[in-house]
Amino acid sequence: MAQTVPHDTHPAHAGHDEHAAKPQRSFFGLVQRPQEGCHPIIDWLTTVDHKKIGIMYGLAALFFLLVGGVEALIIRLQLMVPENNLISAQAYNEMFTMHGTTMVFLAVMPMSAAFFNYMIPLQIGARDVAFPRMNAFSLWTFIVGGIILNLSWIFTAAPNAGWFGYAPLTSKLYTPGLSTDFWVMSLQILGVASLVASFNFITTIINMRAPGLSMMKLPVFTWMSLITAFLIIMAFPAITIALVEVMFDRHFGTHFFDATSGGKPILWQHLFWIFGHPEVYILILPAMGIISEILPTFARKPLFGYPLIIFSGSVIGFLGFTVWSHHMFTTGLGVVASTAFSFLTMLIAIPTGVKIFNWIGTLWGGRIRFTVPMLYALGFVWMFMMGGFTGVMHSSVPVDSQQQDSYFVIAHFHYVLIGGSLFALFAGIVYWFPKMTGRMMSEVWGKVTFYIMFAGFNIAFFPMHFLGMMGMPRRTHTYKAVMGWNEGNFLSTIGALILGLGIAIFVIHLIWAISKGKKAGANPWDARTLEWATESPPAPYNFETIPVIKVRDQVWANKYGTKSEKMGALPAGSHGIHMPDRSWYPLTANIGFFILGMGLIFHGHAVKLFGFEMHLQGFDAWIIPIVGAAILFLSIILWACEGPGGYHLHPEKRAEDKH
Amino acid sequence: MSHAHATEAPTNDPFHNELHPGEDTATGIPNKKVAMWAFLASDCMFFGTLISTHLIYRKLHPTVVDPKEIFSIELTSASTFILLMSSLLMALAVSAMHKKNVVSARWCLAGVIFFGSLFVGAQCYEFHHFVHAKELTLTSSIFGSTFYVLTGTHGVHVTLGIVWLIGWFIKTFSKSFKPEHALDIEVAGLYWHFVDIVWIIIFPFVYLIEYI
Repeated sequence: MAQTVPHDTHPAHAGHDEHAAKPQRSFFGLVQRPQEGCHPIIDWLTTVDHKKIGIMYGLAALFFLLVGGVEALIIRLQLMVPENNLISAQAYNEMFTMHGTTMVFLAVMPMSAAFFNYMIPLQIGARDVAFPRMNAFSLWTFIVGGIILNLSWIFTAAPNAGWFGYAPLTSKLYTPGLSTDFWVMSLQILGVASLVASFNFITTIINMRAPGLSMMKLPVFTWMSLITAFLIIMAFPAITIALVEVMFDRHFGTHFFDATSGGKPILWQHLFWIFGHPEVYILILPAMGIISEILPTFARKPLFGYPLIIFSGSVIGFLGFTVWSHHMFTTGLGVVASTAFSFLTMLIAIPTGVKIFNWIGTLWGGRIRFTVPMLYALGFVWMFMMGGFTGVMHSSVPVDSQQQDSYFVIAHFHYVLIGGSLFALFAGIVYWFPKMTGRMMSEVWGKVTFYIMFAGFNIAFFPMHFLGMMGMPRRTHTYKAVMGWNEGNFLSTIGALILGLGIAIFVIHLIWAISKGKKAGANPWDARTLEWATESPPAPYNFETIPVIKVRDQVWANKYGTKSEKMGALPAGSHGIHMPDRSWYPLTANIGFFILGMGLIFHGHAVKLFGFEMHLQGFDAWIIPIVGAAILFLSIILWACEGPGGYHLHPEKRAEDKH
Repeated sequence: MSHAHATEAPTNDPFHNELHPGEDTATGIPNKKVAMWAFLASDCMFFGTLISTHLIYRKLHPTVVDPKEIFSIELTSASTFILLMSSLLMALAVSAMHKKNVVSARWCLAGVIFFGSLFVGAQCYEFHHFVHAKELTLTSSIFGSTFYVLTGTHGVHVTLGIVWLIGWFIKTFSKSFKPEHALDIEVAGLYWHFVDIVWIIIFPFVYLIEYI
């Protein structure tokens, strides 16, 4: 490396390490920048380690999964018997809106993000992501978004306009209170989190690969994450702008979706689904990546047709932007547009089908081990196909016109989102649990959980196909006993309760296994990709020496490959491994973000909470947002000025300490 | 000594990358630059959405007032020219940094900041004039809604760019400012040029189109 700049010309960067002992100070010198060995709470709040950030993403996502799950069970209990009055129609609207929003933005996406964070740097042989502090920023922004969305419960203003918030339901005329403002603001903030994280992951995957790891040697999960990140950066702007327009309509009286002044409510549908359809692939592509890791591991064969899987993933991502109007067939787009969107939708079935045949090809002739992750993966393939078939049905305009807004659609997307995404994510949790914690989850309990979830899921959602065919509309608070929907609904509710039980056992089992599970070695599954070359759990610096990659499935080749296929290593530096310092600013920036968000929600409203009432008007209404924005802005400036900092770790000393 | 020290630095280390960008990334392109390009790709979609909203509504609902009556095309053309010239100065600033000429880069940056501020000032004047003299407001018509939100978003982009460049301008006086910061100036420049290009699209599609 031709490098002529010695470290000591960068006093702001080089910070403290063994050569310069004094730690940096944050907030104009008030607090010390957290150091190695600081209090665990401070450590987790200020960490920039992708593994800790990944774990926090995962735990938050699991928590929100349970919240969304409880909302789903309340919905199902309300529909269990005809003319039920367990919750009011208003509360029912809030439940399905919050259930949808929570599951999409706070459960499935962040759980994928948890794996992105934890696994991508390990799979590409990097020490961390490209921008560690920005990574922490994404995490806290996501958590702020989740908190703001759920704070709406406390203000008795839970969003109730549906997860896709169709105009003009979101206008001030139809939802005068805080509810829509909570929904708009939390989605904006979650969008920022997703965008920032995606810039980071794109840079990480493109730029931080270990020597020799060409793009076509990348593990498939990393590939699918890369495509997902591109989908996020191209799709989220559409909804961000659409939400800005709703916000302006509500707060400043613009006319974007106001039909009386020439606005077009249907523009919202277009903008929402230009985001919303790629979003579907944002939810499923990481899942497909996880499956493409698990099937080869437990079939003990390389992935069949690796380049085709990658290519199909890219084609799915691209076509994902061309089909949004199939969500709007019944709005009267005209024959030409409907036909084009119908055709493009059918086209997506091809790359998806290619993937499924590749997975089957991977299994074919393999020495299959039916471990828990494998069971979830096989369940995924089967149930995702079910959802895919009904998806192809929807691509036909006349068929879709019959099924629009019926329970058939509910069945379809739960097959791809639970049977697909969630099963794959659970497969990923069980599969990577030993890597993250150094312990195994129990095979017996894992299998019991899987079968309970599998049975519960199918009992809950299979009858919905029939309910939809029999005309049961979605978002219906209750129904008459004479409609013939009683048995289907009853069965579905029982299934949902079984599924809920399965997930509850899974979570309890997970918590148990963190401390009580059997110890796992570095590579308990005899898996194939680079993350299994690290210890379980990996050291803070991941790899003692940067690996030099020779082949795809490098860890498998290390064990079974020829001599020339074995992994190499770059020489280690004699002064240890340089790690970036922890930082307060990603956290404080988000405290500012939180205040800013709440201030904008309260803007122009009379806010009541526990008998306390506040109605700020005129300039006063801007004080809270301005304070929040100032904290956010100041944090970012200080963040830019403090630099990455850094300290040294010495793997060789660490090894000595262990012995 | 320092040289030996440097050659021992571990590769593929994010800290190291921030210190010595681009030397050891897999593509040879510095991380900051890749991230900025990704951001700009995303920003294209932001403006794409806003511009399409404007164009759709313009076609669907010809406004009550003729935009030609509202616009002052001479002023907008002049401010467009000013923004273009700020891009030229930005390019000169980056070039000066690559030649390690900090003083020249500093004053080019000052020029960019000045021209950018002129542009924002012209926009403020334009908005003020439209609201008070021409009675075009956010709420007066759908044209007002789309026009102000679109051009306002662009104005916010320019303003943030100015704030960013002011930060670097101040930093050029600091002892810790080194020719190695050329990358940071270049990344800020990418953003600045992008915002400029967006205006080159907004100008014909929002202003000139009304005169066809």
